[in-house]
Amino acid sequence: MSNASLSALAAQLAGRQISSRELAQLYLDRITTLNPAINAFITVDAEKTLLEAAAADSRIAAGNAGPLTGVPIAHKDIFCTDGWLTTCGSKMLHNFVAPYDAHVIQRFKAAGMPSLGKTNMDEFAMGSSNETSHYGAVKNPWNTAYVPGGSSGGAAASIAARMAPAATGTDTGGSIRQPAALCGITGLKPTYGLVSRYGMIAFASSLDQAGPMAPAAEDCALLLNVMTGFDPNDSTSLEREKEDYTRDLNRPLTGLRVGLPREFFAEGLNNEVAAAVEAAVTELKKLGATTVDISLANSQLAIPVYYVLAPAEASSNLSRFDGVRYGYRAPEYTSLDDMYCKTRAQGFGAEVKRRIMIGAYVLSHGYYDAYYLQAQKIRRLIADDFNAAFKVCDVILGPTAPGTAFKLGEKSDDPVEMYLNDLYTIPANLAGLPGMSLPCGFDTKGLPIGLQLVGNYFSEAKMLNVAHQYQRVTDWHARQPEGLK
Amino acid sequence: MKWETVIGLEVHTQLATKSKIFSGSSTAFGAAPNTQASAVDIALPGVLPVLNKGAVECAIKFGLAIGATLNRVNVFDRKNYFYPDLPKGYQISQLAKPIVEGGALTIQVPSTSSPSTGSGQSEERVIHLTRAHMEEDAGKSLHEDFHGMTGIDLNRAGTPLLEIVSEPEMRSSAEAVAYARALHTLVTWIGICDGNMQEGSFRVDANVSVRPVGQKEFGTRREIKNLNSFRFLQQAIDYEVRWQIETLEDGGRIEQATVLFDPDSGETRMMRSKEEAHDYRYFPDPDLLPVKLDEDWIERVRATLPELPAAMQARFQNDYGVSAYDAAVLTGSRALADYFEAAARACGQGKLAANWVMGELSAALNKAELDIERSPVSAAQLGTLIGRIQDGTLSGKLAKQVFEGLWEGAGEVDAVIEARGLRQMSDSGELEKIIDDVLAANPKSVEEFRSGKDKAFNALVGQVMKASRGKANPAQVNELLRSRLTD
Repeated sequence: MSNASLSALAAQLAGRQISSRELAQLYLDRITTLNPAINAFITVDAEKTLLEAAAADSRIAAGNAGPLTGVPIAHKDIFCTDGWLTTCGSKMLHNFVAPYDAHVIQRFKAAGMPSLGKTNMDEFAMGSSNETSHYGAVKNPWNTAYVPGGSSGGAAASIAARMAPAATGTDTGGSIRQPAALCGITGLKPTYGLVSRYGMIAFASSLDQAGPMAPAAEDCALLLNVMTGFDPNDSTSLEREKEDYTRDLNRPLTGLRVGLPREFFAEGLNNEVAAAVEAAVTELKKLGATTVDISLANSQLAIPVYYVLAPAEASSNLSRFDGVRYGYRAPEYTSLDDMYCKTRAQGFGAEVKRRIMIGAYVLSHGYYDAYYLQAQKIRRLIADDFNAAFKVCDVILGPTAPGTAFKLGEKSDDPVEMYLNDLYTIPANLAGLPGMSLPCGFDTKGLPIGLQLVGNYFSEAKMLNVAHQYQRVTDWHARQPEGLK
Repeated sequence: MKWETVIGLEVHTQLATKSKIFSGSSTAFGAAPNTQASAVDIALPGVLPVLNKGAVECAIKFGLAIGATLNRVNVFDRKNYFYPDLPKGYQISQLAKPIVEGGALTIQVPSTSSPSTGSGQSEERVIHLTRAHMEEDAGKSLHEDFHGMTGIDLNRAGTPLLEIVSEPEMRSSAEAVAYARALHTLVTWIGICDGNMQEGSFRVDANVSVRPVGQKEFGTRREIKNLNSFRFLQQAIDYEVRWQIETLEDGGRIEQATVLFDPDSGETRMMRSKEEAHDYRYFPDPDLLPVKLDEDWIERVRATLPELPAAMQARFQNDYGVSAYDAAVLTGSRALADYFEAAARACGQGKLAANWVMGELSAALNKAELDIERSPVSAAQLGTLIGRIQDGTLSGKLAKQVFEGLWEGAGEVDAVIEARGLRQMSDSGELEKIIDDVLAANPKSVEEFRSGKDKAFNALVGQVMKASRGKANPAQVNELLRSRLTD
């Protein structure tokens, strides 16, 4: 049962073979058993979950259920959830019970999907290993000595361990795709503006985007149908006609032009990852696709550009955590400035402080032009490269991360080494393009390998089509860690 | 050494929108603390700003009214600093691309040659504006209300402001006050600000420096923050200018600084020096899209603008023959201008109407501390009253008595005239009888007049007026008396 697809679960609920309460209980039991070793959840509240499940059962009984009503889902702890502790993985919000629902949460509630709890994450979504969480590192279900990736590491691990059939994530520089790759699941970051950011605690506003995470592309399509839509509370939310992201899932791939950016297969890429991605390309060719060599020359600059822009925005976004109105406040202080300093020194972890300092620096008088403005210009060039590429291909394919999961602690002392893990995912955020990761094999250590698809603006349905067709002829996404079944 | 004063003003006007600039909360003044602060206003994690189009329309109106450039694409920036009444840790403002740039305001400055008379002596000056930009107000820190603690009221947080920055073109406190008054008139006139200075709807910062006459470079300026009355503006500038000149003449230097004016001592005192100035780390707010103004929108807003003070002043001079100074006074507020025009139209006597509005009526309103909107005497009544002077029913003196009756609510003009018997005597038979009586009773004066003492004539006129209880027409008295005496 815990390995069933969302559509299969929905069918069983609709057919009354199982109730939402029973299904939620099944996952809650798995969380009780497995979470102590994985640490994928920060907050679990069985009572709340079962109440929501009971409400879903009533809806099903009353005959006004939606496609996913009764199917439970786990939410990244970055989404404000009315009445739930919402920590963003930080001591700063260790006591913050949100008084309102994020737009994404409202949508899933309206769809009748009970929440299984709030998943662990890197503090304020800053990290690629889930080791910066105030609530402790998340372990990779495929090998608990390894990281699950980040920042949506709890979400990815909860799905890999089948503690949840679906989860929400957010992606600022790869935070959905990289943990999806490292945990062997499917995750999609939509076009910027497709999913409202209202109620999603901001890291870097111009890059942040929420998206679905689940075992398979088909699941993600169903979740995306729930998540997307215009929200007047988010000025960057796009007003477009509602799409059905499942509509193209079963299209044949005949004639599909797959762009292979040479920069994504260059130095720094692990051989086993390269081989698995190339094997996936071969599969797609068998399905009728052709390949095109393309270049995304400016993507080489994505990491430095990102580490100017994202910290700049973060340094300002995180200013509201000042100990005045909510959240952590230092117990002792001698003045207002002392209260600010101690609160923020004690409430934020090292990585968050590092990024606030970088951000404040690049925005400072005398440095702004050299860093922030320059980075914005290169950001435009990176987007231009993609625009040119999409004139000759329909979708871009490459590895999601340069390697598979690394050991806990292995990179935590070397921030730059850690940042390089997002080398292939960051360009899509900078350009605002949709990107997704799907499983395409395992390395010799038995750790999952992810391949990344980047599509043109609003081509989510196309990307899901490619991923689904690939997943019809492969079973990487359906595999589960031994011992956790 | 002769010194020249250089003043530029930054004025924060609260825009008269019903809701805040980035949230749906009410902007009404005076509610219990924090009852008008939504999730957005208190900056809960995850909330986002959504721009209130009404605030943009206020800024467009202002830009059109001063003949400024409206930037078709303008951008909101974040100004970052920590303060407890600034919930996000940044203020959303506009730095690099404000909505309004340029424009000018024509002001009437009382002539320096006759500063005290204030009647008709004025010089016109054009003050250029640098820019005007939209931003959100901060909350309030309440330092007095809680012992040993500071209370935070976020009701005001997010109230829309238009910060209006002038060029440093004013050369005296009088000019600065004239500019501030003209600006106050304009923003209330076009309905973008309620102008209530006590409630902080119109707050002035003055940048003040001095330099030796003839020197081209500006002196170092000090900024006087948050002046909330025209009197304080004048006092603060006057003190600051004296202080700066004394400091320089004593061989000292002026350091760039922000200062506060203490109305009790009449002095300015240092708030922070340049060294303590913040680095605000401005950058474009990624939560808000650039504001785009299309021509349709601008034209729709233009259509809602009333006739502006400058145009109305020109028209008043042209149509009613009033002086430039009087026209400026009469357009001190839209209500005053409307009142004047209604009265002038009702009687067809612009100059007389202007005199009555600026004289008798203004004095009575001032004494009673009433706004023109609350005047007990309506413009129509005043017009009728002036008409009664014109048609000879009333003398000027009698008219003042009728005005008193109107003010007291004793009824309409003609009713007051009748009830109080204030009609000017027009029946010459009745008047001739009074004159005969007066002549009979004052043979000495008659004698004196006939022997060439003209003064005696005036005494006789006075006697006739007195006997008629002021109701005789003075011109008629003159005429009849003279013909009787020279018979």
